[in-house]
Amino acid sequence: MIAGCALVTFAIKAAGPLALGGRELPTWFTSVVVLLAPALLAALVASQALADGDRLAIGADTAGVAAGGLAAWRTGSIILCVLLAPAVTAVLRAL
Amino acid sequence: MSFGVVAQQAGLSQLETIVMSAIVFAGSAQFSAVAILAQGGGAGAAIAAAALMNSRFLPMGVAFAPSLRGGPLKRALQGQAVVDASWALAARPDGSFDRMLLFGSSAAAYVTWVTGTAIGAVWGGVLGDPEDLGLDALFPAFFLALLLNEARSGRARGVAALGALIALVLVPLAPAGVPVLVASFAALIGLTRGAREAVLQRQEAEGEAR
Repeated sequence: MIAGCALVTFAIKAAGPLALGGRELPTWFTSVVVLLAPALLAALVASQALADGDRLAIGADTAGVAAGGLAAWRTGSIILCVLLAPAVTAVLRAL
Repeated sequence: MSFGVVAQQAGLSQLETIVMSAIVFAGSAQFSAVAILAQGGGAGAAIAAAALMNSRFLPMGVAFAPSLRGGPLKRALQGQAVVDASWALAARPDGSFDRMLLFGSSAAAYVTWVTGTAIGAVWGGVLGDPEDLGLDALFPAFFLALLLNEARSGRARGVAALGALIALVLVPLAPAGVPVLVASFAALIGLTRGAREAVLQRQEAEGEAR
């Protein structure tokens, strides 16, 4: 099981760089790649902060992430954001 | 750390748990594989769950690929360094990547990941639940901060909103990992004429600046 997981992970991570690395790519491709980061980041945030496994769920972590996001937006500080989010979440859970 | 604890509960030995973190090095995939084992699923099902969870590395690898140099083997090996946080951190607004930043932050993440797993596997019982510390909010908050930094243009914001929407709709319907993969298709908005012209204009502006 462990070896199998290692192999599929290696193959998936190798695929993109193997197929496309080391050459100039056309403009249409660049214009898609530029937008991959916002699409993937937003999807990661949504699926982690607004869901619990395969179920949509709003909880203490949602509030913590929102507080962190607000701090990042107002101050531009990523450090403040990643300190505040777990702190708010932990305090809400402890109540 | 929490992976170490969870893997023990699923019946892996301490050594197996640490080896898995050392050679797989993909947190969410390891959690899904171990969750399948804990539910009584077989190795095949566990590997399939890990593969689905890792499928988001396909678009990430495609985006990272143009920033890599060297032969096919070297590129494939460099691609192994991609993990969510370092990929997101190294992304530049023009679509290229800071290779060295990505390798450096992944190396730090690797050391922390394997050490944390070992601590969780050996001393997990006495540490308590990582959720009590709110640690599950750390990564989404980090990604959100990077997203706020990244999504300056209206188009990027639109793509982010669409990506989040796709992920949320699919979370209850599709196996774990698939929602994030499908959400990457939101970037195909870049194929519209307006987005192509924006890239061309920026390339021209950079050409004149040089």
